[in-house]
Amino acid sequence: MSAVAARDAVPTDLERARRRRRLVRSLLVIGCVGYVAVLLLLPLIGIIRTALEPGVGIVRETLTLPEVRHAFYLTGIITVITVVVTTVFGLIVAWVLVRQRFHGRAVMNALVDLPFALSPVTVGLACVLLFGANGWFNEFFAARGIQIIFAVPAMVLVTIFICVPFTIRELVPVLEEIGLDEEDASRTLGASLWQTFFKVTLPNIRWALGYGVALTTARAIGEIGAVLIVSGLIKGKTETATIFIFTAIEERQTAEAFVVALVLAAISIVLLVLLEAFRRRSEKGRGHTT
Amino acid sequence: MSTPIVVQDLTKRFGDFAAVDDVSFTAPAGAVTALLGPSGSGKSTVLRMIAGLEIPTAGRIFMGEEELTAKSVQDRGVGFVFQHYALFRHMTVSQNVEFGLRVRKESAASRRARVDELLELVQLSNFAGRYPDQLSGGQRQRVALARALAPRPEVLLLDEPFGALDAKVRQDLRRWLDELHRELGVTSLLVTHDQEEALELANQVVVMHEGRVEQVGAPAVIYDDPATPFVAGFVGAANVLHGQVREGHVHLGAFRLPGADHLDEGVAATAFVRPHDVRVAADQGGDARAVVERVATLGWLARLTLTLDGGETVVAHVPHGELHGAKEGDLIWLDLRNPKAFVRPETAADEGATIAPEEVPAS
Repeated sequence: MSAVAARDAVPTDLERARRRRRLVRSLLVIGCVGYVAVLLLLPLIGIIRTALEPGVGIVRETLTLPEVRHAFYLTGIITVITVVVTTVFGLIVAWVLVRQRFHGRAVMNALVDLPFALSPVTVGLACVLLFGANGWFNEFFAARGIQIIFAVPAMVLVTIFICVPFTIRELVPVLEEIGLDEEDASRTLGASLWQTFFKVTLPNIRWALGYGVALTTARAIGEIGAVLIVSGLIKGKTETATIFIFTAIEERQTAEAFVVALVLAAISIVLLVLLEAFRRRSEKGRGHTT
Repeated sequence: MSTPIVVQDLTKRFGDFAAVDDVSFTAPAGAVTALLGPSGSGKSTVLRMIAGLEIPTAGRIFMGEEELTAKSVQDRGVGFVFQHYALFRHMTVSQNVEFGLRVRKESAASRRARVDELLELVQLSNFAGRYPDQLSGGQRQRVALARALAPRPEVLLLDEPFGALDAKVRQDLRRWLDELHRELGVTSLLVTHDQEEALELANQVVVMHEGRVEQVGAPAVIYDDPATPFVAGFVGAANVLHGQVREGHVHLGAFRLPGADHLDEGVAATAFVRPHDVRVAADQGGDARAVVERVATLGWLARLTLTLDGGETVVAHVPHGELHGAKEGDLIWLDLRNPKAFVRPETAADEGATIAPEEVPAS
């Protein structure tokens, strides 16, 4: 009899516990959604609304302005060079960090993250220090008639510096995870180092690499602090898309600023979709137990 | 087609530590040679040096007349099977098998024919389009084997090929590999820590311990006539009895064992007696007297745990028909046959009797 009574008592307790858990869970979910919506989504909606307020025609008008075109062109150039350089060197650095054991490896590992910790403005200042009027390398380049600072080369340099960690940080865990076995197998089957890299290693890390490239692209397009410092703000010459927004607002060309911001936001959304796709593929690939 | 592998004075040092220390042996053409040893004995390192995946500190490696020592991995023409399969996860089964032919730039037609032939051989023709993560462990290892065999290697190196599989699959795959080898006759070198696997598959066993070769011989020789105390203890289960040599016998307090004629008078000695060499005497009188502590059945055998008069524990594997009525608590006489006596190694300082890792006899 007591067993039956106990059995009757259990559901009410369980029911209460279940209800409590449901409540906590709903509060958590609502809180998170609200946080993300207010912090991340609202500004985006704001930009879209404000940009399109004067009518859709403003978009075409702005995008045909020569200085806007040049700004996007410059952003594109800087981004492409940055992505190529960080991808090639990122692959090499990640491979060395994972596969080689050497003195100073831990220091190098930490150093890779330096751009994460450093304010971009500091990076810009350091670049001015190196290539500016009294900089260490100024004489060398000035003598050869090559303008580094307040020109595109410095803007590319600081962007590369800031983007160094992304690809490496994506590749290192994947390389660690896949281990050496497949590469060893490829070698014993008669493949050269190059064949092994392109047929075995690269396919295994391609999605992680894609993720790193997408992150790098987003960061390179969005960078302003460091680039602004080394650009010298020469209108129509060293003005990237982000710098254009910055100066346009100063000069009360609010409509143009918002249209450019809208285009940047659209690129970000495309990149976001790509990132999500790459992340899923990469995780699926890593889930294999071979 | 098949070629012997000759390893001469092979040494591999990592800093001060010699993972492989002056190892020499020959793996005869067309035979299976097992490198047997506990983990850390250097056997995998030897295999990886033969494949070119590790560079030796000293020593030479030959395949037939041809010296491999300084050749790059891809030019050695060896097939290698890894413990964790190492299949290319982004390729299908047939692409995996085809890989070695593709990098050798064989024609598409001959590649296809060879892949079909090998998939048939490993009984995976129906799985050609699958990816490795859609296969079981045993199937993956068969794909790995087909892939290693595809470029027609002169030697096949297998690094703990069954190590990651569960017991049942391991048994099946072992028998299957044995048949496959009889069919192909390719010189094979198998690294394993499983003595049963080595004894069953190999024509020749190389026992390794702490980077050195302990003994090279046919499985029956390794088992019946161990050259060192390590081999006696590691290959097959054995009761380990410590005593002293007097007049060609090992004396252990209450009794003595023969077979120590080759040892100097008075030295500390260790005698190894296999559980199946411990017999229950039919009547009073025998080598030693013991109390039966425990009787357990292992199917067709009984396992007796016994305490000798001197206090040592020994284990006996006795057919049920030869128990002569021995029960737990009985005082019985034992015959200890074929003891193998060695000068006691200084490292084996532990007193009394111990028993090597339990061996369950196959029925």
